[in-house]
Amino acid sequence: MTVILAPTGEHKVSVQDGLWMSAADAAKVTGWTLKPEGMCLAERCVPLPTAAVKGDRVDVAAFWTKLGGPVVAAENGEVWALGAPADERNTALEGLEAPDFTLPDVDGTPRTLSQLRGKKVFLATWASW
Amino acid sequence: MWQALYDELKDKGFMVVAVAEESRGADHARPWIEQAKSSYWQLIDTDHRLSDLYNLVNVPQAVWIDEEGRIVRPPETAGSTDHFRRMDLTTRTMSPEDQAARLRAREDYLNAVRAWVTTGRHALPADAARAGLPKVTKEIAEAHARFRLGVWLRAHGDAVEGDRQMNTASALHPDSWSMWRQAADLDEVGKASGPNFWKRVQALGDRPYYPPPKL
Repeated sequence: MTVILAPTGEHKVSVQDGLWMSAADAAKVTGWTLKPEGMCLAERCVPLPTAAVKGDRVDVAAFWTKLGGPVVAAENGEVWALGAPADERNTALEGLEAPDFTLPDVDGTPRTLSQLRGKKVFLATWASW
Repeated sequence: MWQALYDELKDKGFMVVAVAEESRGADHARPWIEQAKSSYWQLIDTDHRLSDLYNLVNVPQAVWIDEEGRIVRPPETAGSTDHFRRMDLTTRTMSPEDQAARLRAREDYLNAVRAWVTTGRHALPADAARAGLPKVTKEIAEAHARFRLGVWLRAHGDAVEGDRQMNTASALHPDSWSMWRQAADLDEVGKASGPNFWKRVQALGDRPYYPPPKL
């Protein structure tokens, strides 16, 4: 099993030759679904190069690269990370809607930014280092 | 760090969300959090996801978000200044003038937050807020993916490969102090403010370490 760190979370899936995986695993990892038109998310479909689909298997590395997102791997090929495309980040920020996130507090309770709608939020970082 | 400000403004529809960019995890951050006795949210971000989502490069940086969830001030230095660069490294002290200027700058920043909460002042119109956003490049996007991979590898016992990924991330995104310093800290606590940190700070020359907010 290979570990894939994606925007949707951390996944363990069975892959061959890089990131070839079943369409079901591709949907789990990327959030996009394989259809005859390509990989689709809600109304949006991105056509795939013919070399990136074989039956119900998808080359997720090729798909993610086509989206414009970084695809990186540890040297042993057992752990991968799919990053958000730069354009997606820029478009989201330029829309000025504060990107939502859920992070745990120190006791592990998850907190979500959008729960604070209706308040002015001062969002600040710090670190021990 | 923000408790007094929060206590003063919490009845005016104000909330503080403090996010620890802390790849060593909650237990490492806990002593600081408990000491702060804060009643606002104190969240733990081992992957530095917030830095990825908001294109942040250092701590402390803050983003101001209004009641509708809109960014009204882009990422800015939150009350810190560059006076530390002039401190005497043997005694770790700043001149009284610098100490006073530093406190004044911090107070000015806190006053700006107060003014925003009570009168709406300092909230930027959309075009100005947008103009203040740093652009995410392909290199920065790859740096965040490699950084996350590095944190994972480190947490799962592969320090050598984790370190290699984090160094690559830092080389791809040299403006990110958070990436460089977190990698140094994971290597050894204290290294993030060791001799190599000071060398990097000196190499900035006339460029700021903490760019002042444009209030």
